[in-house]
Amino acid sequence: MNPATFLLALAAAALAPTAAFAGDVDQADRIGRGAYQAVLGDCAGCHTAPGGAPFAGGAPIATPFGTLIPPNITPDRDTGIGDWSLDDFRSAMTRGVGHDGIRLYPAMPYPNYAKMPEPDIDDLWAFLGTIAPVKNDVDANQLPFPFSIRTLMIGWNLLEFTPKPFAPDAAQSAEWNRGAYLVQGPAHCGACHTPKTIFGGDDAGKALTGASLQGWWAPDITAAPTTGVGSWSKEELVAYLATGVNGHTIASGPMAEAIAASTSKMTPEDLGAIATYLKTLGPSDAARPTPLAASDPAMKHGAAIYVDNCSACHGGRGEGSKDLFPALASSPIVAQADATTLARMVVIGSQGVHTAAKPTTPAMPSLGWRLDDAAVADVLTFVRNSWGNAAARVTPGTVAKLRN
Amino acid sequence: MSTPTSPTRRRVLSTAAWLAASSIPGVAFARSISGALPWDANSAAPPPKLQLNGWFFFTSAEVETVTAIVDRLIPADALSPSGAECGVVVYIDRQMIGPFGRSSRLYTQGPFFLGTPRQGWQSPDTPAQRWRAGVAALERWVAANRTGRRFAALAAEEKDAVLKDVEAGKIDLGAGVDAKAFFALVLQNTMEGFFADPAYGGNKDMASWRMLGFPGARYDYRDHVDKHGQRYPLPPVSITGRPEWAGKVD
Amino acid sequence: MAKILPRKDVVIVGLGWSGAILAHELTDAGLDVLAIERGPWRDTARDFNIGYAQDELRYAIRRDLFLQPATETMTVRNSDAERALPMRDYASFLPGNGVGGAGVHWNGQTWRFWNSDFRTRSNIVERYGAAKLGELTVRDWGVTGADMESAYDRFEALAGISGTAGNVGGTIRPGGNPFEDPRARDYPNPPMKMTKAPILFAETAMAMGLHPFPCPSANLSQPYVNPLGIAMGQCTFCGFCERFGCANYSKASAQTTILPVLMKKPNFEVRTDSEVLHVDLDPSKTFARGVTYVDTSGETWFQPADLVLLCAYGLHNVRLMMLSGIGTIYDPATDVGTVGRNYCYQTNAGVTVYFDDATLNPFIAAGALGQTVDDYNGDAFDHSALDFVGGAGINCVPTNGRPIAFHPTPPGTPRWGADWKKAVAKNYSNALSFGSQGSSYAIRGNHLDLDPTYTDRFGRPLMRMTFDFADNDIRMSAWVSDRMEAIAGRMGGRQVVSDRRKKGWDSTVYQSTHNTGGAIMGTDPKASAVNPFLQSWDVPNVFVVGASAFPQNPGKNPTGTVGALAFRAADAIRRQYLANPGKPLVTP
Repeated sequence: MNPATFLLALAAAALAPTAAFAGDVDQADRIGRGAYQAVLGDCAGCHTAPGGAPFAGGAPIATPFGTLIPPNITPDRDTGIGDWSLDDFRSAMTRGVGHDGIRLYPAMPYPNYAKMPEPDIDDLWAFLGTIAPVKNDVDANQLPFPFSIRTLMIGWNLLEFTPKPFAPDAAQSAEWNRGAYLVQGPAHCGACHTPKTIFGGDDAGKALTGASLQGWWAPDITAAPTTGVGSWSKEELVAYLATGVNGHTIASGPMAEAIAASTSKMTPEDLGAIATYLKTLGPSDAARPTPLAASDPAMKHGAAIYVDNCSACHGGRGEGSKDLFPALASSPIVAQADATTLARMVVIGSQGVHTAAKPTTPAMPSLGWRLDDAAVADVLTFVRNSWGNAAARVTPGTVAKLRN
Repeated sequence: MSTPTSPTRRRVLSTAAWLAASSIPGVAFARSISGALPWDANSAAPPPKLQLNGWFFFTSAEVETVTAIVDRLIPADALSPSGAECGVVVYIDRQMIGPFGRSSRLYTQGPFFLGTPRQGWQSPDTPAQRWRAGVAALERWVAANRTGRRFAALAAEEKDAVLKDVEAGKIDLGAGVDAKAFFALVLQNTMEGFFADPAYGGNKDMASWRMLGFPGARYDYRDHVDKHGQRYPLPPVSITGRPEWAGKVD
Repeated sequence: MAKILPRKDVVIVGLGWSGAILAHELTDAGLDVLAIERGPWRDTARDFNIGYAQDELRYAIRRDLFLQPATETMTVRNSDAERALPMRDYASFLPGNGVGGAGVHWNGQTWRFWNSDFRTRSNIVERYGAAKLGELTVRDWGVTGADMESAYDRFEALAGISGTAGNVGGTIRPGGNPFEDPRARDYPNPPMKMTKAPILFAETAMAMGLHPFPCPSANLSQPYVNPLGIAMGQCTFCGFCERFGCANYSKASAQTTILPVLMKKPNFEVRTDSEVLHVDLDPSKTFARGVTYVDTSGETWFQPADLVLLCAYGLHNVRLMMLSGIGTIYDPATDVGTVGRNYCYQTNAGVTVYFDDATLNPFIAAGALGQTVDDYNGDAFDHSALDFVGGAGINCVPTNGRPIAFHPTPPGTPRWGADWKKAVAKNYSNALSFGSQGSSYAIRGNHLDLDPTYTDRFGRPLMRMTFDFADNDIRMSAWVSDRMEAIAGRMGGRQVVSDRRKKGWDSTVYQSTHNTGGAIMGTDPKASAVNPFLQSWDVPNVFVVGASAFPQNPGKNPTGTVGALAFRAADAIRRQYLANPGKPLVTP
């Protein structure tokens, strides 16, 4: 099922309750609210495989400890969660302990979902119950020993996880608190954007400052002016989350998927709340580096490579083009501490997000066949130190890692 | 280059469904695309990396003849190295083993009739066959009419005279080889090799492009479109790049 | 025996400009639409990679994106007296292939035809008398310029055409084409920046009292977001338009203007690498049941559909009709038949001015970047004292400086050797060419039918093309060449070389991929194949969309009109046909 059809399914579920609930207005409201909770939590993002039935099990997730496959969460009794109780579900969402006491791996962001109030979890459960059961037996556990022992999670939970409901900050506005709740709670932004400890838990001191993610770099989303979203207005941040595109950049990779499946379907009020909250984090900028000199050999090579390969889209001065080519000048995306995403764009290419509001779906072509590791490194070094950008040089080793 | 296979955290709910009937029994169509704009990581089909050494089509005797021809069509001078020095013979050799040399994209069904010139080439012979037959016929003619020598052994002026007569169809090459048509093929392939991207074996160091002032595989002249009558300042670039990318030239 | 597939509301044959426009419109109307495309899927970043999209050998010389003759060619001859032989390689014209069709590798020159073009026959008879027609079999289209205005407007908005309007609501605008019909509003984008050659041409033409204006261009002058919300980029003048896919989303095509939205729709599907063999008719031959196609594995499928839209290249639309038995094949001996008549082409000529030191930088170019003079086009001028009708646009649109094909030398230069090299180096940046794109008017002897001898890879007859330039058109072209030479002579070069159009169409030299007619539109079911909404007279649930519908070809590029006709057909289907499916929209 494609996203558009999926949306229709969601809408149908929300607006036209199944026969079992027909006439039950309260129940219909619950399901509608639950459908929105599924959007906030982006359940489908992980629990749906490419081309597969929604919620019937997802694509494998590589973790530092091995590969996990998100299970089937349709109400199928044999292969889904059809034999779960509401209590089982509450427990899975807030404590990481599922049906029959099976411990979940924290790739399932239950530390975030634990911040959800119980009524919201119950609504979500009501919604999941309306999905057509799909028989799809997912072998969810493919971790190598010893990580394959799920009881290890008991220890992990002791070390890394204390279930805590969201605690509002009375000194902040209601909007800020809503944003903080969404970011820390169901939207689980930190799952990608917060660096992890050696045990795989969030490094709380570096919350949302950017993290490595399976061949991508999930960028800094604090208000840090050069690497975070500090230079974006609230409206620009909302536009990005709502459509995947704003005057600066175009979402791609995992964030494109999160936008298409989740944030683009959030209410403008919730997006505004997220933006308001994020813009109060930090700034955590380290001292801003000085750009490399134009005479640096990498800068000279990079300038030649840029004009021959990049300028026809991104512009001679990195200015980009409306809704189509991301600007590279004065770009926090370009200035991230880690250049993995940038190298990935050049070597492998990437398709931008598609949303109804911004349907263009432009793609970056793969240039890995043309540019060797040193050339990719040099052109990225050039971009990272031109037109208002300043960031560490990129090494051929960073590029080489992507090719393997 | 390998294809990264590690999955991303999320995948688009629906990427294109690419189904091949030949590999999935019971599926009703060659290739169906719906639900999303298809895109593939690492998608690129550049010209294959050229194997520079050795000959894939021409024999060493043919290489000698073709080199001698190409070096008269494009002689070395202040404007550029000679055709063979630019790799034109390598270019032709590689073309002969590809779709062009084998006419694999052309309509090759019979029957074959001689038509008007305006109806175009009407023969089952492929360019590879025509090169082979033409070079052999030329050497036979030279041996018979130039005291047993090979074409390459002729003096430059003699070579030019023979080539001009072949071009004009004044020489009967016999054996079903139309001299004028053979020369047209030779000239066509030589010019292709000289002016095409160096990725195909000819135009080494973009010599012909430098001669013309053609900047090559560029894609952005916005900075120069208004500068009427001024020479374009940047050097040419090939599909395979240019020396400045690696600091080999400043 | 073909396997039978689940039915669809609509099957579209060919996913180029017409197919994509109709698919978008009809899926918006809620119909379940399937496009079947003979060639492969293609898209910008995936297939027009900016690192090798500008490969002249591969795309311009070997023609990687085009239909290959091994897949389908046609036989050609200049008259019925000759034996037709297959074009073993394409040369004079180059049909497209694959998703996006010829719209992938077109130049982007986007014209509106004039009311006098749509009423060619009536206009000639009214202005000059019936005797002026001579042997010409030109016809009216059954539409007027006013009928077409809004469809043109929609296509121009879709594609982001860059240009200067010459006539907005009857007010002549400076800098535009004063001869064009009134348009409702300006072009969506301003004209492109000009290179030196067209400026020199325009200045000379203007000094001679002519009216040069920027060629309307689908190479965009600035970033643009079209009515579907799809963003396009600014053309960067790379000089790789014609025969190439655009690598930076700056040339309008189905890829850059429709597909990102169309492909997301749940009620749309495209099957690629699948060739439609014929339209299946019921025994009455007045109703189409669907189409039969073959996939890459050689398997044959019957795809039932309520509505069949032929949106292939015009010539292929005509052949599919013939192979399917839709209408009757035209016989010039009896002048009877509807399919295959009024095949027309384009009557082009050129002139080159050689300068000593102009530094024209021919590689800084785009497919539609240049200046046009329409003073001698169509019926913009009085033909009373002339021995022809029709005319030509004079276009100085230097599209490229790609060196395999473009290394001009003046006559008398050897074709090789040291002197040739010197001449090439001297003239590469100093040769300025412009050309006349002339009308091609129908005569009885120019027609399409099925070849009795040659077959395609599936054993079906190839189409046979019988064509030579009408004497009227040769006279027209000569007269326009006189005027081009006059312009060229005042441009200050050292030498003018004229390349005049001669009788005897030569299939071996590239001229134009503007093949028109064969399934022409009109109001007479005996003399046209489709009605003014592109609906088949004979099989009303078949529409045939493309330049195949042009009764004759004006002196302008066809794509703007092809796009407008697709919108017109879509409107007719949505607003009229769906209320009474299977019924003719026009009663003769």
